[in-house]
Amino acid sequence: MGAELGKYKSCVSARSTDKEILKHAQDGGIVSSLFAYALDEGIIDGAIVAANKEFYAKYPSKCIQDSSNFDMIEPWRPIPAIVNTKAELLAAAGTKYNISPNIALLKEATRSFGLDKIGIVGTPCQMQAVRKAQLYPIGFRDVGASIALAVGIFCMENFPYQSILQLVEDHAAMKMESVKKMEIGKGKFWVYGKRGQVVQLPLKVTHKYEQPGCHVCMDYVANLGDISTGSVGSPDGWSTVFVRSKIGDAVWAKAIASGVFETQPIEKVKPGLELVTKLANEKITKNKNTLEARKTFGVGKALRNPYL
Amino acid sequence: MADKITLGYTHLSGCTGCTVALADNYAGLLTLLDRYVDLKYMPTLADARHVQKVDVSLVEGSVCINDKLAVEELKETREKSAVVVALGGCACYGNITRFSRGGQQNQPAHEAFLPIGDVIKVDVFIPGCAPTPQMIRNVAVMAYLLLKGTKEQKDLATAYLTPLMKLTENTSACFCELMTNVINQGLCMGCGSCAAACPVNAITMEYGKPQGERDLCIKCGACYAQCPRGFFNTDVISEYEAINEAIMAALQ
Repeated sequence: MGAELGKYKSCVSARSTDKEILKHAQDGGIVSSLFAYALDEGIIDGAIVAANKEFYAKYPSKCIQDSSNFDMIEPWRPIPAIVNTKAELLAAAGTKYNISPNIALLKEATRSFGLDKIGIVGTPCQMQAVRKAQLYPIGFRDVGASIALAVGIFCMENFPYQSILQLVEDHAAMKMESVKKMEIGKGKFWVYGKRGQVVQLPLKVTHKYEQPGCHVCMDYVANLGDISTGSVGSPDGWSTVFVRSKIGDAVWAKAIASGVFETQPIEKVKPGLELVTKLANEKITKNKNTLEARKTFGVGKALRNPYL
Repeated sequence: MADKITLGYTHLSGCTGCTVALADNYAGLLTLLDRYVDLKYMPTLADARHVQKVDVSLVEGSVCINDKLAVEELKETREKSAVVVALGGCACYGNITRFSRGGQQNQPAHEAFLPIGDVIKVDVFIPGCAPTPQMIRNVAVMAYLLLKGTKEQKDLATAYLTPLMKLTENTSACFCELMTNVINQGLCMGCGSCAAACPVNAITMEYGKPQGERDLCIKCGACYAQCPRGFFNTDVISEYEAINEAIMAALQ
């Protein structure tokens, strides 16, 4: 193989030096700290992130809404939002484990939100959407050059909201509103309750709830982000970070020089890149097989292949 | 300059929005015209207005099949151009003219409008209403590289243009394609590109999947063409950094 980790200029294990961010963060606080730093430095003037109902209650003008009214928004349903301050960033921090259509805000960010230098965080497929929007801007007038920092997050697969609902309430027998944190790691889906209770589900249970569209994805570590990050490969509380593009390299170097992160060489940490590589290959192999199976899905009829 | 490619612009039943989008490249358009493109004819931006022999012609607007002159002009464009590019939603898919039933002044009998691909063979689609200045720019630079570039540049341009050539296989567009070709095919991953691309805000994201207000849809084709699961040529898009830089450098 060899291409499973994408192109990158450097890779480290890192953690934010900001205690407040670490309190809210999923792992090493990489995305929140990067955006907080980029906002401070004027590298970006706003960022598109996945927020939630509590965020929407505080900052209604920062969100776009679907057709649901406020009361209909469930706990843990992601809402794409624009953040301009560290307080807003913290209010939106953490992984939601279900689909947040962040790209839906990408054009509006340059319009009613007036951003010239957009930060955006997203899954590998959303990084693909960002780059397609730059290279084939069919419906993205005057947007491509305004994307100042795209941060990708590692992703094996995502879930529709209703899948998370079913996993948490039916399988883990917890109420959505009582959940403090969700996490996938060490081969399990973990649900942490606000009272301290922890439920773990084997991934065998979660597989059937995955979003079908994820099964043709060939990217585990967000190859097209300027910077991409995820917990896999690093010790607990730390994140693995790939610095990929020229933009990413410049921003990362400045952030390190300013002491935003503490880092360890990725070669020195356990489980390290070996695990990242293994999981990336697992995802790619599995999904290549799915694509292959789609070719002969029917009797003389194939399912569509988006990569052709 | 001998090295320039020749370009024509045929204007059929379109609102001139595509022309404006082309002009909205501002200095970029001037650089294109200075270095790469010899604009042979164009109703709004050039003195010569009639179809001539060119390397590439852009066609704006759908064609009214009740209008003899328009049909002839379109056929002549095909005969005299090596490459025909359908520019914008109307030329590609009919767009808003799909809703015409005639009766308008001062040509009430002009009621039937077709995307140009239903009358002539089209080589490349640039969908969208209006198409974006940046998309027109990118295709223009790629068309130049395809015709005048080195072997390597030709390969890149071919790879870049291939999905836009494949789009020509279908002359009907609607929000429905997100349903039939993406969601029904088990490919949607809920990024929201379609909702952002829609020029009339007909698409919202409900629980991470697009919901189309079909009465608002103008059939421009932007949503499906923008969808990363509509087409995604990994080889080209993975090189986004180098390609963006090359395009910007070409226009410096």
